[in-house]
Amino acid sequence: MHEMALCEGLVQALEAQAGAAAFSRVHAVELEIGALAAVECEAMRFNFGIVTRGTLAEDARLDIVEVDGRAWCMQCGTTVTLRRFGDPCPHCGSLQLQVLDGKQIRIRQIEVT
Amino acid sequence: MCGICGCGDTGEHHHEHEHDHGHDHGHDHGHAAEHAHAAGLAPARMVRVEQDIMAANQRHADANRTYFAERGIFVVNLVSSPGSGKTSLLVRTVAALKAEMPVAVIEGDQQTEFDAERIRAAGAPAWQINTGKACHLDAHMVGHALEHLPALEGGILFIENVGNLVCPAGFDLGEAHKVVILSVTEGEDKPLKYPHMFHAADLMLVNKIDLLPHVACDMELILAGALRVNPAIGSVAVSAATGEGFGAWLDWLRQGRERARRAQHGAMQARREALRRELASIDATLAG
Repeated sequence: MHEMALCEGLVQALEAQAGAAAFSRVHAVELEIGALAAVECEAMRFNFGIVTRGTLAEDARLDIVEVDGRAWCMQCGTTVTLRRFGDPCPHCGSLQLQVLDGKQIRIRQIEVT
Repeated sequence: MCGICGCGDTGEHHHEHEHDHGHDHGHDHGHAAEHAHAAGLAPARMVRVEQDIMAANQRHADANRTYFAERGIFVVNLVSSPGSGKTSLLVRTVAALKAEMPVAVIEGDQQTEFDAERIRAAGAPAWQINTGKACHLDAHMVGHALEHLPALEGGILFIENVGNLVCPAGFDLGEAHKVVILSVTEGEDKPLKYPHMFHAADLMLVNKIDLLPHVACDMELILAGALRVNPAIGSVAVSAATGEGFGAWLDWLRQGRERARRAQHGAMQARREALRRELASIDATLAG
């Protein structure tokens, strides 16, 4: 649902970069999305195609790299992988998990001319 | 999520799909696309960006948070599905607190002024944001809404988000806490079905408990689900219709307001120090 707003933010970030990095066209965007960000990748692709029309990123390719979230298991006293909220610790099954990261929606790099 | 459709895979399937997508758009823009990728122009290069696309919202949220801190305003962002009773809860809440402290409400809905009118009728200033097509409030909208509200020094600002258990979870508005409201008529599995929101919230209000005799709802299951996605979440059972449970809710708000008032001094000193440094820098420039 809010993927439209996220894609608008993405285009704004690209436009903001264009001057300093001296480019006028974006051909590809590599986006890192944390598994715990409430983002639907298919909706991102769909909205990216729409939102980029008439912008410097029109027809650009969107590469999405999904990365696992990480949490601190208070039971094990160690960092564990977390792919979904509500999942237990993969080692001990505890639900006492403190989320460390995995909510990011980050532009890693872009291909430009 | 991405895990379901497999789009997070970095294998070939992923890339094939990307190309399919590109061709779909190519039909409309084929000619432009050929130009864009034509050889002979400057060669394409990679630029590392490493920027979160929520950064713009975060800047506005940080500015809002500073504004609130310097005025000792306690800010609560109320989130829920539509129909959980957010506005009714706020009407009763502002009526109970308005004699004690400054209170105001920012209302978010796609359309209409209905909610703001209900709050004003309850005796508190309210500003309605109509988001149009958007499914959430963002920090920029809230910053501008502040221009339309009276000074709230040492008081409480309630932000009633758009009724939606998904999108508002991802947008920091500069609030002290997100409070999620779940009514007993919605089903006890909501925290597990919409985990992002229950993870983002610090307090859960279980509303409409006056209806418990009439609906099949296990309060223990609601709390267990919420704690599963957020072991630190607090919980208060209330009825906006009868006022049951409001003592604990109002006390939670009063305590938050006290914390904001106590922190105001530090925020003002930080501001004073920043201004002092800026002034020293200007003096140095003028003297030179």
